[in-house]
Amino acid sequence: MSVSETTSIGLTPESESVPMNHERIKTFGFWVYLMSDAILFSLLFATYSAMSRNYAGGPTGKDLFDLYRALAETLLLLFSSVAYGFAMVSLIRGKRGLILLWLSVTFMLGLGFVVMEVSEFLGMIAQGAGPDRSGFLSAFFTLVGTHGLHVSIGLIWIVVMAAQLVAKGLTSSVRSRLLRLGMFWHFLDIVWIGIFSVVYLLGVM
Amino acid sequence: MFGKLTIAAVPYDNPIVMSAVVFMALVMVVILGFITYYGKWTYLWKEWLTSLDHKKIGVMYIILAFVMLLRGLVDAVMMRAQQAMAVGASDGFLPPHHYDQIFSAHGTIMIVFMAMPFLTGLMNIVVPLQIGTRDVAFPFLNSVSLWLTVSGAALVLVSLVVGQFSTAGWTGYPPYSELKYSPGVGVDYWIWPLLISGVGTTMTGINFLVTLLMQRAPGMTLMKMPLFSWTALCTSILMVLAFPALTVVTALLGLDRYLGMHFFTNGGGGNMMNYANLFWIWGHPEVYIVILPAFGVYSEVVATFSSKRLFGYTSLVYATIVIALLSFTVWVHHFFTMGAGPNVNAVFGIATMIIAVPTGVKIFDWLLTMYRGRIRFTTPMLWTLGFIPTFAIGGMTGVLMAVPPADFMMHNSEFLVAHFHNMLIPGALFGYLAGYAYWFPKAFGFRLNEKWGRRAFWNWLLGFYLAFMPLYMLGFMGMPRRMEHYSNPEWQPYLLVAALGAFLIVIGIACLVIQLMVSIRERHLTRDLSGDPWDGRTLEWSTSSPPPVYNFAVLPVVKDIDAFMDMKEEGVAHRGQAGYEDIYLPRNTGVGFIMGGLSFLFGFAMIWHVWWAAIVLALLLLGMVIVRGSVDETEYRLSASEVEAIELTRSRVQEAARTERPPPGPYAPSLSSQV
Repeated sequence: MSVSETTSIGLTPESESVPMNHERIKTFGFWVYLMSDAILFSLLFATYSAMSRNYAGGPTGKDLFDLYRALAETLLLLFSSVAYGFAMVSLIRGKRGLILLWLSVTFMLGLGFVVMEVSEFLGMIAQGAGPDRSGFLSAFFTLVGTHGLHVSIGLIWIVVMAAQLVAKGLTSSVRSRLLRLGMFWHFLDIVWIGIFSVVYLLGVM
Repeated sequence: MFGKLTIAAVPYDNPIVMSAVVFMALVMVVILGFITYYGKWTYLWKEWLTSLDHKKIGVMYIILAFVMLLRGLVDAVMMRAQQAMAVGASDGFLPPHHYDQIFSAHGTIMIVFMAMPFLTGLMNIVVPLQIGTRDVAFPFLNSVSLWLTVSGAALVLVSLVVGQFSTAGWTGYPPYSELKYSPGVGVDYWIWPLLISGVGTTMTGINFLVTLLMQRAPGMTLMKMPLFSWTALCTSILMVLAFPALTVVTALLGLDRYLGMHFFTNGGGGNMMNYANLFWIWGHPEVYIVILPAFGVYSEVVATFSSKRLFGYTSLVYATIVIALLSFTVWVHHFFTMGAGPNVNAVFGIATMIIAVPTGVKIFDWLLTMYRGRIRFTTPMLWTLGFIPTFAIGGMTGVLMAVPPADFMMHNSEFLVAHFHNMLIPGALFGYLAGYAYWFPKAFGFRLNEKWGRRAFWNWLLGFYLAFMPLYMLGFMGMPRRMEHYSNPEWQPYLLVAALGAFLIVIGIACLVIQLMVSIRERHLTRDLSGDPWDGRTLEWSTSSPPPVYNFAVLPVVKDIDAFMDMKEEGVAHRGQAGYEDIYLPRNTGVGFIMGGLSFLFGFAMIWHVWWAAIVLALLLLGMVIVRGSVDETEYRLSASEVEAIELTRSRVQEAARTERPPPGPYAPSLSSQV
């Protein structure tokens, strides 16, 4: 690669203003973190796949999973992502009130997802199908629960960002944090699609 | 109130443990006393513990590595002494339960809390200087990583005083490590340090990956990046991709132990073979995480002290990348005997043998760099020369074990112990020690004492051969690893030789300690004012020793692989610079240190099942993340005139030192050796 080539793809900082470059670096770093998180999930998926038939005489996926409930959870999460997309559109237009509105829609949908998941977990535990029942259920609770934990952290992050938006306004650092929160939120959708397919759809088959 | 923690957790009836505790406490009291006596607490807090300067963070990592090296060494000596005497009627001096904790702690400490901090420390000190930037991409994250690593190491050390360490080996294989067979806190003392420091290491990987890809000096394309930075890049990639596996496997084992799940249990649908897979999906790349940076050090050292450009730079880069890729394709060779079947074993056996090819390429590149060079036999060069043949032996025994039928004979024997020590001591530790001696003047402004460095090297090298070659033979003779007592008297002579080797290694480490003390006392004799004590080839030698806080007042422009050598040959290396601009630097913060402390307490609370404390601490940690995540002003400005003032004094000193060249001493570079 020649010197001019590196400059043209923006790898040398000299041609850019310092804060601009900072944001690019943070965004790239966040992508790398998401990659690392994706590895974590893929290992949990692999573990689940290896253990998905280890019922130990306990209930199977067919006995436990309710596809309609899973579909409802999917819709809540996917629509929360759409709502976040609208928050980003409002961000580009610089409308703080609209961002806050869409963030709260995102939050409510995400919260609905977490509530449904927790009630699903509690229901299973009440039936005697808790994570200590069998290898299959350990893997199920861990994979789905890890995703749910991520969503919950995302919810806390939404609240924090809404507070920052109110307190600081639409500063450049608030903007860039909102951008990264969006990456995180959409990433969790992708993971959920995997869970829906591998855990629920394959589970009831 | 205090979970499982009672006063009975302190093993006050065990004289060996208690004397170690008293010794540790004494050392602590002496250190704290000195700090108080000289009134250095504010200095320590302001200049070090809260620092976000990559150079200082690097130094702290290496201090941690040396402390843990000493602890791991004591473990090693105790094991060697026990095996030297515990034959037949003699029981030796260690009971089995204690011996098992020692070999578990030795492995965990040496890999996760000695090798990892050492290489991370070297990367911290060198990478930003070598690629011509002012700091890492995320200085605050860097500080958090450091203090998480320290808190993990501290938890391992505390296990000696309060409770006990794991007896399940450094790999913690279930079902033995499950609650049913290891009901105490030992395995938890293994899980939590790995989890906490593992998070720190993942963040280190992200940090350096981004730094190396986004912050190189103008003109430094990837194929002009110095070899140490290349190995740091590959190691960072491996950290990002492999460490999640360690997090997952320790967390799943923890879920089994804390919530009664069935990931790896015998019954309940557990699958303990999955543990071996997950563990080594981290564990094998981990071998290359610790070895690749050492390869980088050797590449820098061999080029500098042969006064020649590195032979086969491109092939070395590709060999490094290939090793990093292949490291993910060989993990099953750690458990050929598990019974994956002949075809699976054959695939992984062949993949393992293939790794020998890029490694061989590297060996030849280093040899050919020396060929017809003007070699200066400094301490870093000695470590490199000791490494090459020794590592080649270890590599050959590795290829031997890559053959599954042969592995079935040698699995879990002393042959294996000899093999991986033969890879990791020359392949990693010698490299770190070479890097330590090589970059010490850059970090502190004076060189290390050569005489004691050579003594350390020869004791280490001889000690290594005496300690580990007999173990190969013992492996052939059928001796399993990790034996606290044995009844075959034919093994004892070999174990006595191994104990003698361990004794020489102790002398080697003592020489390192003496070297440091002598070097500090006689620092006026080895002061490096030129910034370039070895006639170096890469950018870190172009700034002063130690570098100013911003490293480079004006970012260097790179035209060649050996950027600084190129500048020296062109006569532009030290041309006065004009047009300074404002420099933004990360402001110090105690948040990283406090988060490390909270993580330590959190781990401790989890180990002892003090749930309320764990919850409070977790909330505090979350709160700190939120507060820190809302801070906008994390940098301070050094104005152009301040930079100019620093630069003027700095360049005057450097210029004066340079005109006095060549500096005194037989190992100083001669200007005529520049090619």
